[in-house]
Amino acid sequence: MKNLLEIDNVKIRFRTKGMLKAVIDRDKDPYIEAVCGASLTIKQGETFALVGESGAGKTTLARSIIGLVTPSQGSIRYQDQELMGLDDKAFKPLKRDIAMMFQDPVGCLSPRLSVRSIITEPFKIHGLPINDVSKEATKLLDMVGLPASFLNSFPYQLSGGQARRVGMARALALSPKLIIADEPTAGLDVSIQGEILNLMYRLQHELNISFLVITHNLAVVRHTSDRMAIMYLGRFVETGPTDQIFEQPSHPYTKVLLSSSPEPDPDAPRNRVMPIGEIPSLINRPSGCEFHTRCIYVEDRCRLEFPPDRTIGLDHNMTCFKSEKMK
Amino acid sequence: MTGETQNRNREKVLSIKDLSVNFKTENGLVQALRRVSIDIPPKQIVGLVGESGCGKSTVINSILRLLSNNAEIIQGSIHLQNKNILMMTSTQLRAIRGKRISVIFQDPMTSLNPALSIGRQMTDIQYRDQINQVAKRQRAIDMLTRVGIPDAEKRLKSYPHQFSGGMRQRIAIAMALIMEPDLLIADEPTTALDATLQIQIIELLKTLQKEFRCSVLFVSHHLGLVADFCDQVVVMYAGEVVESGNVRDIFHRAAHPYTKRLLECDPARIKTKTRVLPTIPGYIPDLVNLSDDCIFKDRCHVKDNKCPLTVAPLTELTPGHFVQCHLSQEGENL
Repeated sequence: MKNLLEIDNVKIRFRTKGMLKAVIDRDKDPYIEAVCGASLTIKQGETFALVGESGAGKTTLARSIIGLVTPSQGSIRYQDQELMGLDDKAFKPLKRDIAMMFQDPVGCLSPRLSVRSIITEPFKIHGLPINDVSKEATKLLDMVGLPASFLNSFPYQLSGGQARRVGMARALALSPKLIIADEPTAGLDVSIQGEILNLMYRLQHELNISFLVITHNLAVVRHTSDRMAIMYLGRFVETGPTDQIFEQPSHPYTKVLLSSSPEPDPDAPRNRVMPIGEIPSLINRPSGCEFHTRCIYVEDRCRLEFPPDRTIGLDHNMTCFKSEKMK
Repeated sequence: MTGETQNRNREKVLSIKDLSVNFKTENGLVQALRRVSIDIPPKQIVGLVGESGCGKSTVINSILRLLSNNAEIIQGSIHLQNKNILMMTSTQLRAIRGKRISVIFQDPMTSLNPALSIGRQMTDIQYRDQINQVAKRQRAIDMLTRVGIPDAEKRLKSYPHQFSGGMRQRIAIAMALIMEPDLLIADEPTTALDATLQIQIIELLKTLQKEFRCSVLFVSHHLGLVADFCDQVVVMYAGEVVESGNVRDIFHRAAHPYTKRLLECDPARIKTKTRVLPTIPGYIPDLVNLSDDCIFKDRCHVKDNKCPLTVAPLTELTPGHFVQCHLSQEGENL
């Protein structure tokens, strides 16, 4: 399969104070690194999942793909074309191919526009003529399983699940090749969550779309993605095929995450790796391995040296000193 | 009240009987709760499960008498030991809120006062006690240390925004337990938190519940946490209790078709990888124009010619396992 998207060693940083304040404080580095050195590839027609806690940099990395934030270094290639440093004019046609479903399902729909205008707006933005707006809108709604009666509805009249579907219809409008879905099921009930995920899978199958799914729900990742990456403080700590990671989680943080979502069975064995503490601040990154403050396998060298990135299986990498499988 | 019911109530910390609540809205009368009965035995953790809009929050607000002005309690009673909360005066209510019943809300940032220091809030809540400020302060420090706030004495001066999300929820738990209540209501206490914090907070609640020997009403839609934490489970659907029983009855021998479907839908339960996830076809009924029929009849997958489709009586399958379905029989092992 061909690589659709290649992200190589991307770093994204945000200023923490103004220029003048930094000079007064003699702060030579008034930045936080939200993403430091992330690399991934997404093949055509596959689903890649980005997993991590809030503040791990998942959304920031995804937003950099469609140019909503600018990385400070690295490279993002879409179908062998470098996206970094492209000006708005050159970037615009590429944005037809990459669509985004935003995190807040109702918040990302303009409250003053009807569903018809919302889902046909991408055509206007890209200057693509459509003959019959209503027909096109009905077709899009049909793809996401909503009846045409929703055309004249406004976002406040939609339920969470319906708003997601409208967001998805808008993302599908220009027949994209890659859809970035930021927390596509957050805040939905389990039965509706299943409907949305099934819909994403069906469309992927029919239209050969690739998905980049951002989520913290591991049960969702397990069933919907082909490959995944686990992020911690802006770095990938483990990447690999989803099945392999679930079968053999290697990084201590992956284990912690997996044991943090208990099985819905009162008698399930609870061999839990209890998480310790909370995610540290990006302003004061821990020394050495950045996970050492919360790791139960911590050793002296973890506090001092940064662990190497090692390959532990086919396409399966992790960043930790421990090589043997920890049971 | 007859002597018998009084005796039965004495065994329960809280007993909700046949509670029906309507809301008057522009679109008509919303029948938010219908004939809801929930018993909370002493020292037990009762989980309240259901999808959004099923009336979980209305139950909590009824217990605390915090229902909005357009709400109307049609029938029923809520007994806290032997007193009916629905008949209490505001003075009586003030005596129980925060003292005998306390609550942890979903978002600790909105339940703590942003303008007062933690120490001030922790001593204020002890206003009923006739002890001096120093003793109250010491109690606040002890309680904060107990829930895992490092350096509690110094942090009494801090304000809620100076704490992280997980720490804030710990403080909210400390505030809820400092008066040693009989009943702790936890309304989605971990929904706003990250996965790794979620499990820490649940473990903390587990230990504290044993230590304080209080009952807990744990409201959540996370089935994994409910299975892990609760002794009893109550399943609600569209304003009715459809099934209740101990945690193994519900998770291993679910009898109501809705409970079965709900459990099947949870992707965490499906062990082998599947790309097509199960769903519950159909929609939640409109609570404004309700017929007198079974609430789940349109989405039910087990109904047959024998089912009269009317509201089923609550049947006790095995001791303590109640289900509201005509075709109910002890569910096969799930």
